[in-house]
Amino acid sequence: MTEIDVEADETVDARGAACPGPLMDLIGKMRSVEPGTVVRLLSDNDQSLTDVPEWTEEAGNELHGVEEREDHHAFYVEKA
Amino acid sequence: MTEHVVIVGGGTGGAVLANNLAERLAGEIDADDVRVTLVNDDPDHVYKPVWLYVPFGQREPGDARRPLTELVDDRVDVRIDRVTAIDTDAQRMQSMEGPDPIEYDTLVLATGSTLAPDEIPGLADAGHDYYSEAGATDLRDDLLSFTEGHLVLSVVGTPHMCPAAPLEFVFMVDDWLRERGLREDVDVTYTYPIQRVHGNPHIAEWARPIMDERDIGVETFFNAEEVDADEQVLRSMEGTDIDYDLLVTIPPHRGVDLVEEAGLGDRGWVEVDKHTLEAEAAEHVYALGDTADTGMPNAGSVAHYQAGVVAQRIASEVRGQPATATYDGKTLCFIETGMDAASFVEFDFERPPSPAPPSRKLHWSKLAYNEAYWLTARGLL
Ligand SMILES: Cc1cc2nc3c(=O)[nH]c(=O)nc-3n(C[C@H](O)[C@H](O)[C@H](O)COP(=O)(O)OP(=O)(O)OC[C@H]3O[C@@H](n4cnc5c(N)ncnc54)[C@H](O)[C@@H]3O)c2cc1C
Repeated sequence: MTEIDVEADETVDARGAACPGPLMDLIGKMRSVEPGTVVRLLSDNDQSLTDVPEWTEEAGNELHGVEEREDHHAFYVEKA
Repeated sequence: MTEHVVIVGGGTGGAVLANNLAERLAGEIDADDVRVTLVNDDPDHVYKPVWLYVPFGQREPGDARRPLTELVDDRVDVRIDRVTAIDTDAQRMQSMEGPDPIEYDTLVLATGSTLAPDEIPGLADAGHDYYSEAGATDLRDDLLSFTEGHLVLSVVGTPHMCPAAPLEFVFMVDDWLRERGLREDVDVTYTYPIQRVHGNPHIAEWARPIMDERDIGVETFFNAEEVDADEQVLRSMEGTDIDYDLLVTIPPHRGVDLVEEAGLGDRGWVEVDKHTLEAEAAEHVYALGDTADTGMPNAGSVAHYQAGVVAQRIASEVRGQPATATYDGKTLCFIETGMDAASFVEFDFERPPSPAPPSRKLHWSKLAYNEAYWLTARGLL
């Protein structure tokens, strides 16, 4: 379990979405928020574990951590 | 008392559903136990897949239109009107023609997708598309006289209608330019928001080698942020700039505002149970086709299969029987791989797609399907 040192300003609940739904939902949210905003993405799709870190790095955003929850993961991404 | 079933949207899903109900419930409708109303804001039914061929000068936008009344069974009341508000508690809607509200016992939303190019600064002015009638004809004007430079096809927003159509467009443009001896003078680039060329990994894996083989440039993890029309540059959120001479995009999509205002889902997509197609946020409301957020593609075939499911469920409910029909995710799609070859995929919630080897036969099947569509919409196929 990773320690998450930030609070989420916004949450995107993509549980139940098939891939690439969760990543696209995150990208959609990141389009609309201001730099510095921390978005928490909830996904129960395992593909997100590789998709999300790859994209955040590519886009220059910061992934503060991934929380493992009972039946899904929470990703904390800060917009650069 | 007469049960009133109201379908909003007379596109692929709405028309197929109306005809299916007319047949299934013929007895009940004739006995005045049930009334089916189809509300559409255009007197014509529009079959969007035709638009893919318009930029290449192969089809006319008019080929995609037929009067709705010619397609829909006489047992259905067709009302040309635009629904402007839904009150799901009172089971009532307001419409443009008004003044009286439209009351329903069962409501089906089949309002489709709309384009939202304004979400990306510069896109509405600089970008072309073939996802609207006007877009397809404007693109034709430029494409037919385009003989050299950089053609960029950018998928800006997902979900979008027909996930195969961006691949089809670049495959067709490549082949079409080759046939005309122009391919050497035109560079073609395809951009996609995630790390592969298509949302579905199986289709992406199939398409990527074909793109490489045919010298179609690829930019993945490309989410367009702005278009600079003066400089002819497309900029991404990831910090990549692409210069273009002809920009064709798949603009961001939304459902209709009505859905969000009624509290049925975000961005106009109705939150539904993906098996029963019942709205999550209200009773007596179904959604199907593009507007139903099932995670499956926004495709006519999906709308068609879902219409069959909703028709069976409504017929059961009308007869006081438990509704058991469910949607299994069935999707069927022809994918053009050039001007005279196509592939084909069929998949559902459980079975992933496995694209068939491209052939002329599949291409002709796609064209034949597009002709036979008018029988499908009538409920005959
Ligand atoms: C270029 C292109 C190529 C495509 N190719 C294919 C293909 O090869 N295969 C495939 O399966 N799919 C394809 N599609 C996708 C397909 O066209 C759509 O998925 C399909 O039309 C969805 O059906 P629908 O009934 O949900 O919505 P639509 O067919 O879009 O119908 C929605 C209807 O609702 C009406 N409406 C909306 N709001 C209101 C309101 N408030 N009041 C009254 N009426 C309203 C609209 O006017 C419209 O008539 C393609 C799409 C495009 C753009």
